[in-house]
Formats: sequence, structure tokens, C-alpha cells
Amino acid sequence: MNVAPLGVAAAALPCPLPAQRCPVSSGQLITACRLAWEQGGQLVALWVSDDRDRERGFCLRVLLRDADGLTLLEHTLPDEGARYADLATIFPAANRMQRAAFDLSGVQCDADDQRPWLWQAAWPIDRFPLRRDFEASPKWEPGQEDYPFVRVAGDGVHEIPVGPVHAGIIEPGHFRFQVVGEKVLRLEERLGYVHKGIEKRFEAMPLLDGGRLAGRVSGDSTVAYAWAYAQALEAMAGTTVPPRAAWLRALCLERERVANHLGDLGYLGNDGGFAFGLAQFSRLKEDVLRLNREAFGHRMLMDVVVPGGVARDIASGEAAAMRAQCASLRREIRVLRDIYDEHAGLQDRFRTCGHVARELAMQLGLTGFAVRACGIAEDLRADFPLPPHDALAVRKATRTEGDVAARVAVRFDEALESLRLIDGMLAALPEGEVLAPLPSIPAFRLGLGMVESWRGPVTIALESGPGDSIRRCHPSDPSWRNWPVLEHAVIGNIVPDFPLINKSFNLSYSGHDL
Amino acid sequence: MLYVLRQIAKTGIVSERAPAPADEMRVVARLQEEILRIVGRALAIRQVDAGSCNGCELEIHALGNPYYNIEGLGIRFVASPRHADMLLVTGPVSKHMAIALRRTFEATPDPKLVVAVGDCGCTGGIFGESYASLGRVANVIPVDVEIPGCPPAPTALLQGILAALRAGQI
Repeated sequence: MNVAPLGVAAAALPCPLPAQRCPVSSGQLITACRLAWEQGGQLVALWVSDDRDRERGFCLRVLLRDADGLTLLEHTLPDEGARYADLATIFPAANRMQRAAFDLSGVQCDADDQRPWLWQAAWPIDRFPLRRDFEASPKWEPGQEDYPFVRVAGDGVHEIPVGPVHAGIIEPGHFRFQVVGEKVLRLEERLGYVHKGIEKRFEAMPLLDGGRLAGRVSGDSTVAYAWAYAQALEAMAGTTVPPRAAWLRALCLERERVANHLGDLGYLGNDGGFAFGLAQFSRLKEDVLRLNREAFGHRMLMDVVVPGGVARDIASGEAAAMRAQCASLRREIRVLRDIYDEHAGLQDRFRTCGHVARELAMQLGLTGFAVRACGIAEDLRADFPLPPHDALAVRKATRTEGDVAARVAVRFDEALESLRLIDGMLAALPEGEVLAPLPSIPAFRLGLGMVESWRGPVTIALESGPGDSIRRCHPSDPSWRNWPVLEHAVIGNIVPDFPLINKSFNLSYSGHDL
Repeated sequence: MLYVLRQIAKTGIVSERAPAPADEMRVVARLQEEILRIVGRALAIRQVDAGSCNGCELEIHALGNPYYNIEGLGIRFVASPRHADMLLVTGPVSKHMAIALRRTFEATPDPKLVVAVGDCGCTGGIFGESYASLGRVANVIPVDVEIPGCPPAPTALLQGILAALRAGQI
């Protein structure tokens, strides 16, 4: 983003992607966001750090992304009474981020919507966990809040509350439907049920251990998170990982993408009434997980990516097995894709269902494969390629229809493209070490990491404290931007299509609730 | 339809049998015996995510794939705790889920077996106890069996379910 019109000085920010940081005053904050929007930028994340111990009040950070890279706006609020402008007027996705920032740090913005977001009465409403002087009391009992859902009135309108414990094996969250007959007039999400204090937990960890926790922010994206964390730490340290390690990381990332896409393609078939699809795709996914275990020692590849490189190298036999698997998976996926495409009943459920228009996707900041299904081709692996993705020239998968069928098609394309990438990586895997030592990191450095997970870009903002400790770590999941879009995607659809629409996005609760 | 049938025929039955005692399928064979002997009918499980990172859920899902074929063994996951013999709970139990978990437990009829899944369900794991987390499942509801692992592999999950059946002697 070009910040020159603001008259502020931008400085480089440690991050493997092009990134800059700019201090902004309260007036400049809103101007900068508007400027970013006009330049085609999107909001990635928003969080607050308590810097009162350094006589700096609170620091509000707003991370933006556009075609040039990342821009971090840093706005200092002198004390807890200071407010900042409501950024949701420009980026609607800011609404929940601002509410969450208040719940955790007690810094308020000027918005009309002051409802809590992550807070659900587990701790007193006037205590803020991410303040440095926060002390939890064992006396605090889980309480119940009375959340003001928006109601639709009118003849025949009724309400369906769902969750937090859902009927299937999925994460907890609450959905409040306002329906007339079968038709959904409005859906309101209430999340925060799996808030388990991840950001506070980071602050009790040494920098080198934080990757393990980052890999458990959202288990289905463990490789992406662990890699983003490692990127942030390595950028602060000025360390470049050995080429073989970079390639193995990318290999894991693509295997994670394949596994998740396969699993979800199966469930999408199942939710469309085609159990055959689930049986077939879950079999293929299991094959991927089993080979992961053989090659990397973990079915879901947890703790394989570590700061400095990867924890485990692969042998030539394992590489050959993975290449053979690419070939067989490609064959099987193509057969299944034809079956899905030609299955009239399934296509009837998929097409036009859960439609998101391109304009809406832009306005709300939809991201990841879901936005690529609305005709917006953004993918970090192609837009800001790092080794080895730069050498392999990632082909972005896009569709324009914006419905469940489009999201299914993008996931088919991406699974196949990942197989091509995996094969390409294994064909040209550099030799050498897989782990580099990391130097000690001075206190009060800030680093960013961002990786395109199967769901979309995951971000880690990491701040060092004295003695190689973590001062602050803010993980941001693409789900923050996609959950609000789901509310729109179901409007006008029938209630029984909700599971299908929901699955077509498959958003993370844990990655969002933190 | 022809392609579907051809694919089914080509795939064949991949559900694993028990060639040797140490094989992971061996556990499954024992499990089926155990269920028939102890329960004499299907075992109904209600899964509750009480705060996990969703890693455990992925492995619980895997139990349904054709390799483990859990439904073929007479075990199925049900939508309501009122239909369940067993709760399969992942943790750590977030404070925000504590009430929902207790209510789910209360709604479950006897024998109300509870299996805590994963390192977080067993000990609180990497998240531990905090302002937002109550830690292990046993801190909130009585637990019969704990299955460690981050996340536990499907075979370990089956072993844990078996252990709970023995403990419950239903």
C-alpha cells in the first residue's frame, strides 16, 4: 500500500512477505483504512497490546493486505479511556475483531455495536485477560450471559436456536436462525465457546516453544500455523532456513491441503445425500494420513515444522512412496470428480446453493478458497511466492459462481494442483540440513508470518520479550473474515441446506475463538 | 450410476481384518466381540467438543472411514445425548463450554460412560488451566477412561472405547 498520501513514514517489518509498518494518529487511522480500501486493500487482523509497562499505553495494530504486500498500522492509545474510530464502517470484518479486542484488552472503539464477542461470562466483564496486570481468580465460576440476538418479527416468523453442542462431530458454536416456513430470513452466529485463552498462554512460553502452541490454534491447519509462527520468529532473528527445510515445509503444507480438501469433499457429498462420496474420499484421506505418519511421524503433521526448519527429514523411500501416492490419488480424484459432476441429485443440491456475490465477497473481505470461488483470485502462494512455491509457479484455482458447487470445484482443482506441487517438490528436493540454529532475539521486536492454509491465509504476529520470551502473540485465522459471510450465504436458502453450505466453507471455531 | 457401481466394485472392501495379533485391526476384532458380549446391541456415542483445537475431532471422524468402519462394528455416533450410552469428550474444557458439557452429561441416560479424548481432555494439555480453561474433562464431569495422544490415532480411540465398556460392564 502506498502510504505517502498520509504523510507518515513507513518502516520495514520483519516478515518473509513484503511488509511495512506505519505509526498513525487517531485521525490517520481511519484515513489510512479508507485509503487502503480505495487501493483494493483488505483487513487481515486487528489486535491490541498492553504496553503500559513500557510507558506507551495501549497499541492498536491493524494489519492490511493489498497487491503490494502487508501494511501494519500502529496506533498508540495513551490510556484505557482512549477510544479509536470504528473501522467496521470501512471493513465490516473489523466489527467482531474490535469487540474481541475489547473483551480481552479493555480498549474500546467508537462503534454502536458494543456487544461482547469472545466474552461469555467466564470472567468478570470489567477484567481484561490480555492486560499485563490481569490475575485470574480460581473463584470465578462459569456464568451465563444474556446475548441480545437480533430478532425478525412478522407473521409466521420463528426462531431456531442451534448449539453450542451440535448434532454431528463438529466444534461448538451457536447459530440463531430466523425462519419463515423452511426459508432462512436471517442467521446470527454466536461464537467464543472454545475460547481457551491461547493468546494469554503464549505469554507464559519461551519463543522457541511457542510453535507447538501455534500448531494447536486450529488442529486442521497445524502445518500452516506452525510455519507462520516459524516465519515470524525467523524474520525477527534474520535467519534463513536451509533450502531442504523450506521445501519440506511446503510439502507438508500441500499434504495438509490435500487431506483437508479430500475430507471435506467426502462430507460435502454426504451432506448432499451421497454417502458413497464420503466412503470414497475418507478412504483417500486416510491413505494420506497414514503415509504422513510413515514419512513424518505424525498423521496430521503436528510439530513437524519447527522454528529453524523441520523436526524430521524424509528418506528416499518415503519420497518415492509419496510420489506414487500422488499418481494414484490423481487418478482416483478424477474418477470421483466425474461421478460428482454427473450426479444429478448432488449437482441439484450444490448449484445456486449458498451463493455469495463477488461484490459482497469484496465488501466483507471473504478470503481463502471461498473467495476464489467468487472470482477473486488471491492466493499467497502465487501472489507472494516463497521457495519452493516460486519455483513451481502455483496455478490459482478460481470459479465465478460463488455457490457451493463453485467451492467444491475450487477444492477439486486445488487438491489436484497440490498433488502436482508435491510431485514437483519431491522431484527436485534439495539436499542438505533441515534445521538451522536460531540466535537469541532482543526484546521488543515484532515479526509477522503469513501462510496460505487450505482454508485461507493464517497470520501470526509475534513480539519478543526479555530473555527469549514471548511478549505477545496474536494468531489470526481466515475464519474471522469468513464467518460473517456465512451469515449472508444462507439467507433465502432452506434450513436443511445449512449443513451443506456450512461445510462448503468449513470454518474453524478454535482458530477463531482462541 | 454405472460409474458409481464400477468404483465400488473396484474399491472392494478395504475394511481391515485381523491377520496377526499385533495388527491394529486385532483391536477392532476384539472390540466387536466385547460389544456383543457386554452390550448385546449397538453402542451409541455422543461426541462433545468441549474446547479442543479440532485435531481430535478429525481423528474421531476417521473412525468412520472404510478402514476402521466403526459403524460396521455396531458403534455409531448419535445426535442427542439422550440416545447415547457413552460421551466421547475432547478438551480442554473451556469455561464457556462447562455448562453445556454438564447439561449434556445430565441428559445422558445410564450407564453414562465418559471417555476423555486427547492429551488436553486427559490433563488439560498444552492449554492447561487458566482464566478461560478448566483443563481436563475430569475436572468437570466424572470420567471412566482417558485416551492420551495429540491427537490419539483412530486405533487408540477404539482401544479406549473398549476399555470404557469394560469399566462400565453394561
